[in-house]
Amino acid sequence: MDPFDAIAMSRPARGEAGRTGDWRNARPVIDASACVAAKQARVTCQICWAHCPDACIEQGAPPSIDLEYCKGCGICAEECPAGAIAMVPEAEHGVCEAAEVEER
Amino acid sequence: MTRITELPVEERVLPGNRACAGCGLGIGLRAVAKALEGRAVLTVPASCLTVLGGMYPVTSVQMPWVNCAFPSTAAVATGIAAGLRATGRGEELTVLAMAGDGGTGDIGIQALSGAAERNDDLIYLCYDNEAYMNTGTQRSGSTPVGARTTTTWTGKRENPKDVPRIMEAHRVPYVAVTSAAFPTDVYDKVAKARSMRGLRYLHMHTSCPSGWGFDPALSVRLGKAAVECGIVILYEVEHGAFRLTGRSAALAKAGGALKPVDEYLAAQSRFRGLDAQAKAAIQAWVDERWTEALERHARGK
Amino acid sequence: MTVRILTGNESAAWGARLARVQVVAAYPITPQSPVVETISAWVQAGELPAEFIAVESEHSAMSVCIGASTAGARTFTATSSNGLAYMTEQIWWAAGARLPIVMCVANRSLAAPWNVLNDQQDSMSVRDAGWIQLHCRDNQEILDTVVQAYRIAERLNLPVMVCYDGFLLSHTAMPVEVPTPEAVDAFLPPRPAPLQVIDPADPRNIGPVVIADRRRDAGGVLRGGYMELRAAHHEALLSALDVVAETADEWERSTGRSTGGLVVQHRLDDAEVVLVAAGSLVTQLTLVADGLRDRGVAVGVLGIRCYRPFPVEALRERLSGVRAALVFDKALSYGYAGPIAADLRAALYGVDGAPAVYGAVCGLGGREVTPEALTDAALSALADARAGVRERAVAWVGRLSEEVSR
Repeated sequence: MDPFDAIAMSRPARGEAGRTGDWRNARPVIDASACVAAKQARVTCQICWAHCPDACIEQGAPPSIDLEYCKGCGICAEECPAGAIAMVPEAEHGVCEAAEVEER
Repeated sequence: MTRITELPVEERVLPGNRACAGCGLGIGLRAVAKALEGRAVLTVPASCLTVLGGMYPVTSVQMPWVNCAFPSTAAVATGIAAGLRATGRGEELTVLAMAGDGGTGDIGIQALSGAAERNDDLIYLCYDNEAYMNTGTQRSGSTPVGARTTTTWTGKRENPKDVPRIMEAHRVPYVAVTSAAFPTDVYDKVAKARSMRGLRYLHMHTSCPSGWGFDPALSVRLGKAAVECGIVILYEVEHGAFRLTGRSAALAKAGGALKPVDEYLAAQSRFRGLDAQAKAAIQAWVDERWTEALERHARGK
Repeated sequence: MTVRILTGNESAAWGARLARVQVVAAYPITPQSPVVETISAWVQAGELPAEFIAVESEHSAMSVCIGASTAGARTFTATSSNGLAYMTEQIWWAAGARLPIVMCVANRSLAAPWNVLNDQQDSMSVRDAGWIQLHCRDNQEILDTVVQAYRIAERLNLPVMVCYDGFLLSHTAMPVEVPTPEAVDAFLPPRPAPLQVIDPADPRNIGPVVIADRRRDAGGVLRGGYMELRAAHHEALLSALDVVAETADEWERSTGRSTGGLVVQHRLDDAEVVLVAAGSLVTQLTLVADGLRDRGVAVGVLGIRCYRPFPVEALRERLSGVRAALVFDKALSYGYAGPIAADLRAALYGVDGAPAVYGAVCGLGGREVTPEALTDAALSALADARAGVRERAVAWVGRLSEEVSR
């Protein structure tokens, strides 16, 4: 018996709720010249990484942000001790090209 | 205490999940998963975490996970632990029951009390966002006095029940209160709990932008403010030994002064319209608990 | 094989022991309590190497079974009456999660008002939950059916409820053949790997939210929605009709004892009226039928061993050519009819030459069911059947008249 025909059992994948970046109305933009890690050129601080609810920030100097899934909550900008992250309204980036994503 | 840069890099909570923007639970769950290093099986009742976990056939969390009925979390966890032992896998995985405040202190408390009395071998983690958020912000036993919910339109009239103290009364080996606003505090407490046996209870305060009414960007700031004004006290009770931890310990060390609750309350729409008398009552509740916590911290039990 | 004098509850415990159950959840309720007391004594004496979890409620008893069964263990519990009602949420969960849990139900009335004695209202009230429900006529069948239940459950990934009448069987001792562990091991291998996967290397989210529509998984495969999973569950239950019958046949080959598969029958040849029931009442009815046959009245008995899935074909076949079926229910769907009577009527609807189906309710709350009352009911049914009566109101067998109660 294929278990999947009998019981509901999910397997993990990114984007379970779709491209959650579409939820965003402002995107975080890191100013590397202000970022503590970038300035020291080593993986230090990482406060933005630790406090992202969506695991959308990858550690680095500076850290990088996955804009496909970032929901734009703005916690990273709020918590950054150096004020290096700005939430920039999406409208300023113009219209995003919608990717061809198969309906899940 | 673990520093942020010392936290494991590997993620088991995946981006693109169904949780609200700025959800405190997401931050806390990431830290919990890091502390367990994937060597765990979760059991989760109906709750916001179910939503975060995602809809069939895709899940957002890379850990074995068994969904369960609302009142059954602790008992299902007991069963999983017993089943793993009975099939020779008892040493392989930590069983983590993870439920919300309603699922823990209200509908789930009978099963939790039973598991605690038996000292079953599992970690029970309550994430406390102070109401039934998944069903649309109805009041729970954990909702603070004065908070407006969809079943307390003029503000809740009763103080919240103190579930960690109820768990302490069971004399389980480990009881701890943490906050998702302090991921390293969550990490350290889950890591410690993981190293112990028997029933380990963690209570994790998680901020909720939609249910409390605040800008999601302030999620961590509010979680921290709750600790700084004493609404939430970070502590642990290990085999009966009490100590303040993290930010709460730092506040105690600095003389024990707390911020007034006013600023914390004013930042959330659920507390809008509280009069001075109500605020004073909340402050008095906070002060009484904080005084008691400082005394216990000094006594060490 | 040893013959022991066992109560029904002890027979249930022996069945669980011989099945080498690995996790037992226990919560007391009359008249089931001696089942878990007996198992507790064996576990504490080291005679049964099982995890024994003394939970704080029936809800948690089934929750522990759900958790343990998901983790792959062979699990057991027992309950009665309000205990079963209290765990009803988890009865549905266990079935929907397709867990091969076996539970004994020592059938008892439901409150209010309080009454601890036998009827079958408890298990009948959860007949729709998707469990296999098997009824036992005597203590031997209880032991035999518990062992068979694990084979059925683990083959189909369905939970099985083994029902037997409270006190009438649960507290009545009779000789029971207890097979050797080796004989049971040969019949019942260890539980196969569960459908549910708990593996950090291949993490799964088991039993998540399932929407109404179909949805693609991460690999692009289109998976069913809630309705497809429910249809699969229903089909599995229907396939249990064959599996229950086959398993009983294999048990008979292994032990020489027949427990009945889906139904048990007694003197159906040329019967004008067939008496239908489940549980210990079937044993009583065979004596009633024998008495009537001695008087030249052609009465037979059809006992329902497997109530869910409902053995429609077997019932149609056995009742072909009969004038009337008189169903004795120890339960009632209040405002309608006894559950077995209603089900049988539906099963026979539209069948050419189908018998009239008369319903009788008896034994509620332990009211004594006497052979005389059963005989009178059978004769009255025969008279009505010969008169061509098709519809009758529910008859109350053993209900005292107002004159008597004054």
